[in-house]
Amino acid sequence: MKSIKVYGPGCKRCETTAEMVHNRAAALGEEVEVEKVTDPREIAMAGVMSTPGISVDGKLVHAGGLPDEGKLDGWLKG
Amino acid sequence: MSVETHPGPAQGRPDWSWHVGVVAALVAWWMIYGQLIPLSEWLVSRLPVERHSHTGEALAFFFYDVPKVMMLLTLIVFAMGVVRSFFSPEKTRALLSGKREGVGNVMSAGLGVLTPFCSCSAVPLFIGFVSAGVPLGVTFSFLIAAPMVNEVALVLLVGLVGWQVAATYLVFGLGIAIVAGFVIGKLNLEGWLQDWVREIHAGASAIDAPEDEKLTLVHRYRLGLDAVREIFGKVWLWILLGIGMGALIHGYVPEELMVRIMGADAWWSVPAAVVLGIPMYTNAAGVIPIVEALLGKGAALGTVLAFMMSVIALSLPEMIILRQVLTLRLIAVFIGVVGGGILLVGVLFNLLF
Repeated sequence: MKSIKVYGPGCKRCETTAEMVHNRAAALGEEVEVEKVTDPREIAMAGVMSTPGISVDGKLVHAGGLPDEGKLDGWLKG
Repeated sequence: MSVETHPGPAQGRPDWSWHVGVVAALVAWWMIYGQLIPLSEWLVSRLPVERHSHTGEALAFFFYDVPKVMMLLTLIVFAMGVVRSFFSPEKTRALLSGKREGVGNVMSAGLGVLTPFCSCSAVPLFIGFVSAGVPLGVTFSFLIAAPMVNEVALVLLVGLVGWQVAATYLVFGLGIAIVAGFVIGKLNLEGWLQDWVREIHAGASAIDAPEDEKLTLVHRYRLGLDAVREIFGKVWLWILLGIGMGALIHGYVPEELMVRIMGADAWWSVPAAVVLGIPMYTNAAGVIPIVEALLGKGAALGTVLAFMMSVIALSLPEMIILRQVLTLRLIAVFIGVVGGGILLVGVLFNLLF
């Protein structure tokens, strides 16, 4: 099971990103645990400078804007 | 890791079709844009109103300006979306870290215009900069320039008011960002950051940015299209409201009244414009049609520019977001320095022109 974190202060794009992660994981049949990180301090500590950001098992893979669906699949399958 | 893919509409579509499509769209844009005046006049003539009545004037203004603004916005936001794909906050930070004040402020203000930025990530960006050794004043130059001198503001000024005013806005907007950041840097206010920010600052943890990806031109087009979609989703209502307001002023507000309130003679008009602008929050798209109408009715340029800069650069929601990293004292200094700069620009302008 992968641990995915979505970083964002709660803007619309961050919500959409979290939804995308859920949807793609379900479509791929991957078991994931998605956590939304909204505390600006934690967001900054994770190294995210433009939100939304995504990390997979503690590794930051994306920052800024909606993720590309193809890449998202790649990270989920890893 | 993952193989480079082009999902969505790019899949199965050869690259050349994108290039042809972009060129075709540009040509179509140009042809339609040239026909907007006859089109708006035709629309008004179909309505049961007298063309030269107040209502007729207001409607003609509305029907011409709405498509004009929308088209200009589409073109420029797309272009800037493509340009911005060459920049990222991570690259900008690397360029700015350890830069001295002065040169750093100038670079920072310029990069503020080119780097993709959304005010919702102002806090993480602020921390990211400061923790990587970008001086506080240089960081502020970025944070002032990024929202104030944006392509939406410039394009709308060019389209609705004229390129001279747009160029003035660009020069003075950058000037304020550079000088205000420089002044804040000179005041040595690092101690006025919130405690937890200083801790990160002291630790100066080197943060790993996600790997930089190579983008193809087609991918950049798609980023441009994304930008258009996003901006329109955010601003279309503001544009309609702004132009509607502009149309009302255009049609109904008597000229002498405006000149008396916002003309160059009233010494208090510039400070009033700045103060009024701080709590007001709309983006560039919403405020510019009002600006156009005010100018058309004889309001002084300096006063209008000051109002516009104040509305865009100093906004209450942004202050509330920044409150998480800055103490109230530092926010007060920020508002004071930037507001003072805007005031100066407004007064100078009214004196010179």
